[in-house]
Amino acid sequence: MAGSTPGSAIASAALAPAARLRDVSPAAEAWRRFRRHKLAVIGLVVLIAMVLLVAFGPLVWKLQINDIDFSARLKTPTAAHPFGTDDLGQDIFARMLYGGRISLAVGLAAMLMAMLVGVTVGAIAGISRGSIDAALMWLTDLFLSLPQLPLLLILIYLFREALKSAFGPEVGVFLLIVFVIGGFRWMPVARLVRAQFFSLREKEFVEAARALGASTRRQVVRHILPNSLGPVIVAGTIDVAAAIIAESTLSFLGLGFPPDIPTWGRILYDSKEYLDIAPHWALFPGTAIFLAVLCINFVGDGLRDALDPRRVL
Amino acid sequence: MGHYLLRRLLIALPSLLGISVVLFTVLALAPGDPFAEMALNPNIPPEVQENMRKQFGLDDPIWLRYFHWLFAMLHGNWGFSFISRVDVDTLIWARVPVTLAVIGASQVLALLIALPVGIVSAARPYSWFDRVASTLAFVGFSLPTFFTGLLFILLFSIKLDWLPFVFRADIPGTGWAWWEAQIRQSIMPVLVLGLFQGASWTRYVRSAVLDVIRLDYVTTARSKGLRERAVILKHVVRNALIPVVTLVALTMPQVFGGAIVTEQIFRVPGIGSLLIDAILRNDTPVVMAVTFVFSCLVILFNLIADLLYGWLDPRISYR
Repeated sequence: MAGSTPGSAIASAALAPAARLRDVSPAAEAWRRFRRHKLAVIGLVVLIAMVLLVAFGPLVWKLQINDIDFSARLKTPTAAHPFGTDDLGQDIFARMLYGGRISLAVGLAAMLMAMLVGVTVGAIAGISRGSIDAALMWLTDLFLSLPQLPLLLILIYLFREALKSAFGPEVGVFLLIVFVIGGFRWMPVARLVRAQFFSLREKEFVEAARALGASTRRQVVRHILPNSLGPVIVAGTIDVAAAIIAESTLSFLGLGFPPDIPTWGRILYDSKEYLDIAPHWALFPGTAIFLAVLCINFVGDGLRDALDPRRVL
Repeated sequence: MGHYLLRRLLIALPSLLGISVVLFTVLALAPGDPFAEMALNPNIPPEVQENMRKQFGLDDPIWLRYFHWLFAMLHGNWGFSFISRVDVDTLIWARVPVTLAVIGASQVLALLIALPVGIVSAARPYSWFDRVASTLAFVGFSLPTFFTGLLFILLFSIKLDWLPFVFRADIPGTGWAWWEAQIRQSIMPVLVLGLFQGASWTRYVRSAVLDVIRLDYVTTARSKGLRERAVILKHVVRNALIPVVTLVALTMPQVFGGAIVTEQIFRVPGIGSLLIDAILRNDTPVVMAVTFVFSCLVILFNLIADLLYGWLDPRISYR
């Protein structure tokens, strides 16, 4: 059948016709499809392991992130310091556990921010025709053609001090980075939601709701929005990865979190002057960023296969 | 074609204005006086400070300030760098060619990877080649450019000692020696950017070709007895490229972001590293001007994409 090829090359192509006969819930069906994407399942497992590690690791691994020990400077990995030490003799493993919390939290929070704005803008544009739709889409296109990284840098450069003094260095920079990254990533979601709304609002079940006298708000919230969420969830997953990269990039350029908050990008930034004598210092945080992003991208790919309603497997 | 170009230019103009409004709003909303730094700097004579305050019209109402600022930008009057003590436009124009060369070369590399790999992948979906290429593409665009850059330096400069890791603007020598040194120092920045872009574009090309290859007219071409090669290259690829061009144009801002990081890692003297330096040293006029140049470049590349679009799909030109 034309059009039934899975989007991802990595998922196994063979179908399981027996499963189609049984009556299963949509969630179970999605999970069944997701499981066929082996790399997505592996990605999910690794990702869960990483989240558990950074969430509970600091409770077990008691070394402090700012314990300075000049007798153990730039040590390669040993049993006492599994990821080695940096130029001040601080334990890189402890710093990465702590920084990982922030890196992953920034990714998640920025994604939620982007989803919120994107779904709102997309839904308003999708349900209202005419000039509101046109204006919102012009805004979306404008944001899409903004040079994002330079603007991110400018915003952080201009507003960092004010937020630092208002909320303290950690929370202030966190809020700023989440808002700014989220504020530049909502456009694809808005377009996606709008396109979904355009096709869904003409469907029979929405027409039926309309005929029963459902208000526009009820049509949107109860009928259209839940059905348009599949692609949004996929986009959201990918957005977490993009936000993690964006935060690491800012920190890597020395413009993200301050030095006493060792996010993965920040550790990488500190390490780059010592690349020739202590390569382990750069390799561990870099690999952590890569692994997190790769796993999230694989999970997103698996979700795309699992949630795409156009494909009948 | 000229008509079409003119119309696209007229459409690009409002976006440029929109971007300038966004930039200006950001600057105007920023807490504190953006020129407070200057007042403390003894290197800048008071009359220059006075001129700058006047040029940016810091005491006028906000809409008037915006128009003043816009006209100053349009006249090429971009202000004076506090740190380098030269006009901002001389500073920028000296660096734009390097950035464009690095970005251009890496985009060509990305296309050289993405087009063949994506087309072959889609021509034989789910073959071992497709699986390997797709997995590698995932790895490629999950590796952040700053980490690939460090890995390349570690491998090619420190371990193997093949390539220099600092980009030099003043290479001694002329003729072949100059070109050789230039190419040697450009390899790593171009590879870092090109591989990242190539990886993400491979997926676009693959899915675009996959969408087209199942259409009826392709089956017709095959049943006419055309060779597979001719079917793919002449019938499938040209149509598949239309959505790819759009996506490539949409990723342009991301490319410039990658260029900033790459320039910073390899110390390439382009406008990206200029931006970072200016931010770290609180050099506001340079920061604003570089961001504006980046915006113009993004719009320029969107225009080029529009032109390509018109060439690939003749129906568009007549509309």
